[in-house]
Amino acid sequence: MQVPAQFEYERASSVDDAIALLERHGEEARLIAGGHSLLPLMKLRLASPEVLVDINDLTDLQRIWVESDQLRIGAMVRHADLLASAVVGEHYRILHDAERVIADPVVRNRGTIGGSLCHADPAEDLSAALAAIRAEVVIKSSSGERVVPVRELCIGPFETVVGPAEIVTEVRLPIRPGTGSAYSKVERRAGDYAVAAAGAVVTLDGDMISEVGLGLAAVGAPRFVASRAEDAVRGRRADDEALGMAAQIAADECEPPTDQRGPSDYKRALAGELVKRALRTAIARCRGEEA
Amino acid sequence: MQVTVKVNGEEYTGEIEPRLLLVHFLRDELGLTGTHWGCDTSNCGVCVVQVDGTPVKSCTMLAAMASGHEVLTVEGLEQNGELDPIQQGFMTEHGLQCGFCTPGMMLTARWLLDANPNPSDAEIREAISGNLCRCTGYENIVRAIHWAADHPRVAEPEEVAAS
Amino acid sequence: MTVTAEQAHVGFGRRMRKEDARFLRGKGNYVDDFALPGMLHGAVLRSPYAHARLVSIDTSAAEAHPKVRAVITGALLETLKLAWIPSLSHDVVAVLATDKVRFHGQEVAFVVADDRYAARDALELIDVEYEPLPPVIDARRALDSEAPVIRDDIEGKADNHIFDWEAGDRDATDAVFARAEVVVAQDILYPRVHPAPLETCGAIADMDKVTGKLTIYCNTQAPHAHRTLYAIVAGLPEHKIRIVSPDIGGGFGNKVGIYPGYVLAVVGSILTGRPVKWVEDRAENLMSTSFARDYHMQTEIAATQAGKILALRVNVIADHGAFNNTAQPTKFPAGFFHIFTGSYDYPAAHCTVKGVYTNKAPGGVAYACSFRITEAAYAVERIVDCLAFELDMDPAELRMKNLLRAEQFPYKSPTGWEYDSGDYPRCLQKAMEIASYDELRREQAEKRERGELMGIGLSFFTEGVGAGPRKHMDILGLGMADGAELRVHPTGKAVVRISVQSQGQGHETTFAQIVSEITGIPSDDIDVVHGDTDNTPFGLGTYGSRSTPVSGAAVAVAAKRVVDKAKIIAATMMEVSLEDIEVEKGTFSVKGDPTVSKTIQEVALAAHGPMELPEGVEGHLDAACVYDPPNLTYPYGAYICVVDVDPTTGAVKVRRFIAVDDCGTRINPMIVEGQIHGGLADGIGMALMEVIAFDEDGNCLGGSFMDYQLPTAMECPSWELGETVTPSPHHPIGAKGVGESATVGSPAAVVNAVMDALKPYGVRHADMPLTPAQVWRTIQGRPLRTDLAITD
Repeated sequence: MQVPAQFEYERASSVDDAIALLERHGEEARLIAGGHSLLPLMKLRLASPEVLVDINDLTDLQRIWVESDQLRIGAMVRHADLLASAVVGEHYRILHDAERVIADPVVRNRGTIGGSLCHADPAEDLSAALAAIRAEVVIKSSSGERVVPVRELCIGPFETVVGPAEIVTEVRLPIRPGTGSAYSKVERRAGDYAVAAAGAVVTLDGDMISEVGLGLAAVGAPRFVASRAEDAVRGRRADDEALGMAAQIAADECEPPTDQRGPSDYKRALAGELVKRALRTAIARCRGEEA
Repeated sequence: MQVTVKVNGEEYTGEIEPRLLLVHFLRDELGLTGTHWGCDTSNCGVCVVQVDGTPVKSCTMLAAMASGHEVLTVEGLEQNGELDPIQQGFMTEHGLQCGFCTPGMMLTARWLLDANPNPSDAEIREAISGNLCRCTGYENIVRAIHWAADHPRVAEPEEVAAS
Repeated sequence: MTVTAEQAHVGFGRRMRKEDARFLRGKGNYVDDFALPGMLHGAVLRSPYAHARLVSIDTSAAEAHPKVRAVITGALLETLKLAWIPSLSHDVVAVLATDKVRFHGQEVAFVVADDRYAARDALELIDVEYEPLPPVIDARRALDSEAPVIRDDIEGKADNHIFDWEAGDRDATDAVFARAEVVVAQDILYPRVHPAPLETCGAIADMDKVTGKLTIYCNTQAPHAHRTLYAIVAGLPEHKIRIVSPDIGGGFGNKVGIYPGYVLAVVGSILTGRPVKWVEDRAENLMSTSFARDYHMQTEIAATQAGKILALRVNVIADHGAFNNTAQPTKFPAGFFHIFTGSYDYPAAHCTVKGVYTNKAPGGVAYACSFRITEAAYAVERIVDCLAFELDMDPAELRMKNLLRAEQFPYKSPTGWEYDSGDYPRCLQKAMEIASYDELRREQAEKRERGELMGIGLSFFTEGVGAGPRKHMDILGLGMADGAELRVHPTGKAVVRISVQSQGQGHETTFAQIVSEITGIPSDDIDVVHGDTDNTPFGLGTYGSRSTPVSGAAVAVAAKRVVDKAKIIAATMMEVSLEDIEVEKGTFSVKGDPTVSKTIQEVALAAHGPMELPEGVEGHLDAACVYDPPNLTYPYGAYICVVDVDPTTGAVKVRRFIAVDDCGTRINPMIVEGQIHGGLADGIGMALMEVIAFDEDGNCLGGSFMDYQLPTAMECPSWELGETVTPSPHHPIGAKGVGESATVGSPAAVVNAVMDALKPYGVRHADMPLTPAQVWRTIQGRPLRTDLAITD
């Protein structure tokens, strides 16, 4: 098995301690949470930080709670905990749908929501789902806190606006009554990254789509969002025509890479189809129809 | 750096490089070779151990991260000379052939049954979807886990071969 | 906990395994579990290029690392005449590159260090300069006149051609094709795949300078063959070499050959005077050790309009990679591919196989292929379905019309095989009953009306295993006969020493059962010794499903010899003549007076005692046998796969899989079923997700388990098994072997099922793996070529 290069190890005792450690060690220091994105890269020697700051003791970042019309999830909440959380399932079934198909049950015991967002893998399901939700992240540094929309977090593959001495502490999800959500993914095999995946969050006002969020993973959608498709169906009746329109525009909007998971024409068609399926299910859930 | 890890109920302290992976700490430092390794990308699951009661791929955890925590390896499944029902199930239902995936598979199965004492076939297959096996085609592994679910107590083992 | 006398198990039957006791407790002994005193660790530096001139190597920085004990390059090996070693196919393989690198991942240098982490660090300190050369990646273009020559190390070599081979009657076959009412032609690719056992390959070499003994702990499937090869290649005295093959975490043909890493560990041990361990990581395993398949098969079938098969014709391009290193009998460079005629009755067949070099890892014979029978069975079962498609005939009906009948056995095939026994129609019938075939077709018809895609795929395969008769089959001049030695101790317990090596098949249990069945000694009282060349008889090892047919036969014959001798001794003990003795599972009684008898345990004690024995009968109760099989054995089976396909995403779900196997006598049904389950999962893997592809620069695209996808429990259905039992007439216990049957038969069943599902689109064939992308593209009428990187 491949093994990482040498590094120094620090264990943070609190959020402030983690920030201080990052400031002390500079750009060559990285936070490690679940480690299931970072350690494999380090073993393959594609990443070689000189210092790892272990934040697994930061238990105050492991809470899930509701406050001020928001569902708030601490950055250290593990995938498994998101999947098991009743309050998460109550407000955002899209997250349960997505978690069920992220990695495998054992890996989900370790990976965290904060780590997934900050790793910013273009195929990351949580990034797409949270973008569809229009969630926000709270980023803390020694100069205080800032709140950044998930849609502005990622600036390129594996690149975010989180600075070298900053730490994401929380993810905040708006709670809107009359909202339904769903996630739909195609993978080659259980546990694989998506060939394509789509998440839909819909708020209905009667029969009208008053708000919609469409997230896409693994198909080169800018910042994981199909924004033109969203604009096209917002304000429309929630019917098959709207679904078709969203699917078509979303497929046009994305730039899927051709790789061993599939050629770009297939992925483009798939993106459209999965947007349709996610939207259909989200709308059905909005209406209280079990799906 | 120094780490202290409780493994199968016993505390071990060692002087290690920070980069030492938990799987190597267990195998090479502690001589507990029942935990195996099989890939480079955290896919195969033969390295699974339990950390604080939940299964973890020990190839993707630093020994340093496990310091201060409790680890259960396959060597800790047998209690007072009696095999865990999971182990008995695997033997009775031929849930292993080459044995390489078995320790990790059993620890994942043990965790499943602790949380869900009567799982369905589908729940079992999903729970072990992060543990690969090349020999058994999974059929007898599923039967073994059902057997363990049906025999939660260690009664009279019927035909357990001499060790 | 010991088993009481009443529970003592004798003979064949379902029986829990002895080896489980240690595996369940985490007390298996796999090669990486061994730590010898003073042991060092080796690591291999590998080429990032598929084809490049090796301009220079600077190892000075690595040598200066405080934990590095030795650095080995090709230049050093050349001084030891070890830079190249003979391959298993009368070619040579580079241990470390000297002039060029010829595949992505080829071995370039070796470091020996105090621990595995330092060894890995030291690799980064080696500076290699390469001059990239254009690579040959497409096997179908390897013989183009402008293709770069890969093997310029071979004097006079001006192309990438390795061999031509053919079997069958070309003229007779061509004549049948020319006259036939129906001819169906289909290019069929069996892509490059990999056995990928969960334990990678590895060895610990320990050269003791004082005694001159070289001990190699290695997870090899063929310890004796390795020992002889090391003796021949390294010039070391054979009696001073000991190979210890401990517990193996899966073999599947991956652990047959001698890999450069093993040779480097030996050299490292000689240089440093200490044991050197080398265990590869997963990338190395997938990128450089023996791959499987990679056969491009132009297949044609001739038939009558009514569906009677008349002839089969196949022309194959075999991609062997950069060196010809396939483990197969010398006379058969394409293995047993010429069993491609399959399970059907027709008079004419012909095949050609053309082997070519490409800039890829060497290998080809692995992953339970039974020496290329996976390729042959896939070709025939796919083309038969293509014929069914063209004739618009039910594939089960077409098969039933053409299957060999029981009265035709033993059957001489058009390419020279003599199938030993079988009742094929009964087997297919049974599979169809278990599947409720007619109901499935009704369901399919209903679903098709609604635009839902459901497929039912069949596969009927015939295997030829248990290589093989010495006069026909040798590997590098070592005949494929295996030995067995049985000793019954004075107190009636026994030990049997065998030449084959288990990698999970349960030999410690099943071989004891064979001895038990014949001698009547309880199988718990029989120890099975295997894997250590110091204390086992010579043999060619475990692969090609040969353990039961060859070594099992050797054990059975040795056991029978023990019983024959015990009979003589029992007669002497009871003072009766030999003809008056009846034998029944370990009890020797006098005919007509069952109260007068001796147990084999009593006989054993007497055999070691002072009793006078008849003239010519020696004391003790031992026997040995070297078994030269008179023929292969021919297990077979009928498989049916049911799939549901999502037409918009292309995703395939395997709903059911029915497998009826006939492997002759079943020593331990539990173990037989386990072997079948495992092989069926292989079929799902290869049909739907496994492939080692290459991009145009020759980069290997299957070098991790992220890329090389193996099926999990969620992709596999609950297997539905049935059996028929047609013993092999020439095997001492009628057993045929079953280790590879399911891997041979299952891929076609899955592919046939998916193609059946896609029939409404008018598509007849697409190459494996049938990933969602491939299925979607096939529906569009533009299937992907799967051996190369996917492009737009």
